[in-house]
Amino acid sequence: MKRIFATLALIAAAGPALACETVTTGSLEVSRAWSRASIGTARPGVVYLTIRNSGTADDALISITTPAADMPMLHQTVMTDGIASMPHAMEVPVPAGGQVALEPGGYHAMLMDLTQVLKEGETFPVTLTFRDAGEVTIPVTVQNIGASAPTCTSPDE
Amino acid sequence: MRSATLLRGFAMAAAAVAFMLSVGWWQTRDRAQDTAGVLPLPIDRMSFTLMDQDGKTVEPQDWLGRPTMVFFGFTWCPDICPTTLSDISGWLETLGPQADQMNTVLISVDPERDTPEILGDYLSNFDPRITGLTGSLPQIKAAAKGFRATYRKVPAEEGDYTMDHTAGVFLFDADGRFANIIDYHEDPRYAVPKITRIIK
Repeated sequence: MKRIFATLALIAAAGPALACETVTTGSLEVSRAWSRASIGTARPGVVYLTIRNSGTADDALISITTPAADMPMLHQTVMTDGIASMPHAMEVPVPAGGQVALEPGGYHAMLMDLTQVLKEGETFPVTLTFRDAGEVTIPVTVQNIGASAPTCTSPDE
Repeated sequence: MRSATLLRGFAMAAAAVAFMLSVGWWQTRDRAQDTAGVLPLPIDRMSFTLMDQDGKTVEPQDWLGRPTMVFFGFTWCPDICPTTLSDISGWLETLGPQADQMNTVLISVDPERDTPEILGDYLSNFDPRITGLTGSLPQIKAAAKGFRATYRKVPAEEGDYTMDHTAGVFLFDADGRFANIIDYHEDPRYAVPKITRIIK
C-alpha cells in the first residue's frame, strides 16, 4: 500500500509526460499502460500494457490489483468462427527474450467493480504480480473512451 | 454353426461402423448448420422491431434505399466493443460526408442492461452517425436470426455475466442485399474500400 501512495505522489509530481512511463522488476520491463475512460462505475474498465522480458527464463503475469477496482481480472478476447468470447486467463505468458502486449482484441486486464470513475487524463496505479519476477506497480493513463492505442510514446518509437 | 456366428459378428461390426458413420455425419452436418457459410438474409426479408437511442421505433425496411452497416455488441464489454466502435468511427471519418448517406447501426445483444438511454449515453462518445438499437429479448433474437448472427449469455463472478457474440460488421447495399463482412480488426486499408463499394 505504501508503494501505491509513493507511486501516486510520484505521478502528481511528474505532471503530464509524453514518454510512456516504464517500470522494471527483475528482467521484466512494463510500459505503455493505458485505460479507457468509464461512464460511471457499473461497467467494467480495462487496462492495456506491454511487458518485455530481457531475461533468459520464461515468466508469466499471474494477477493484478488496483485501488481503482475491487475485482480486477486477466482476460483474453478470443475469436472462434467470427464469434468473440472473453475467457478468463489464468496467466499471461511472458516468454524469455520476448514481449507480450495486453492490447485491444487480445489479452487485457478487466476491471470489474470499479471503485471510482475513470476520467480521461487521470492516472491510477496497477500492481502486477509475476510468477517469478514478483510485484511491480505502474501508473495507468486514462484515455478517451474511443481510444485504441496509448498516446504516450516508447523510447523505441 | 460357426459360419453363422461369424456372419452375425460381421453383421454387428457392420452395424457398428454404420452407426458411427451416421453419428459422424450427423455431427458434421449439425456443426455446419451452426456456423459455416450461412449468409445474412436480404434486409427486405428480415423481420424485427427495435428502438433507437432516441426511443424511435426502427424496422429493417426503414434502411432500404441507403447502404447499411450493422454490427452486434453491448456496452458492458470493456475490450472488443469500444474497439469496434472506435474502428467504425475511424472508417466514417475517413469516408467523410460520403458516409452521411449510410445507415450505421449497433444492435445490442444485451437489451437487459442496454436501455435506449444507456446506448445514447455510450454512443455519444463515438461518431454521431452511429445509431444504437435495443429492444425486447425476442426482438433481439429475431434480429440476430436475420443476420445469422449468434450471441450467448455467459455467467461470470457474483451473478454478473458477459456476452459472446458475432463480432464482424455486416455490409448491405442500398437495395438491402448482403454485400460483405468486415472481420474484427480487419486492416483499415481493406475495411474502407469494402464500405466504399456499397456506397457507390
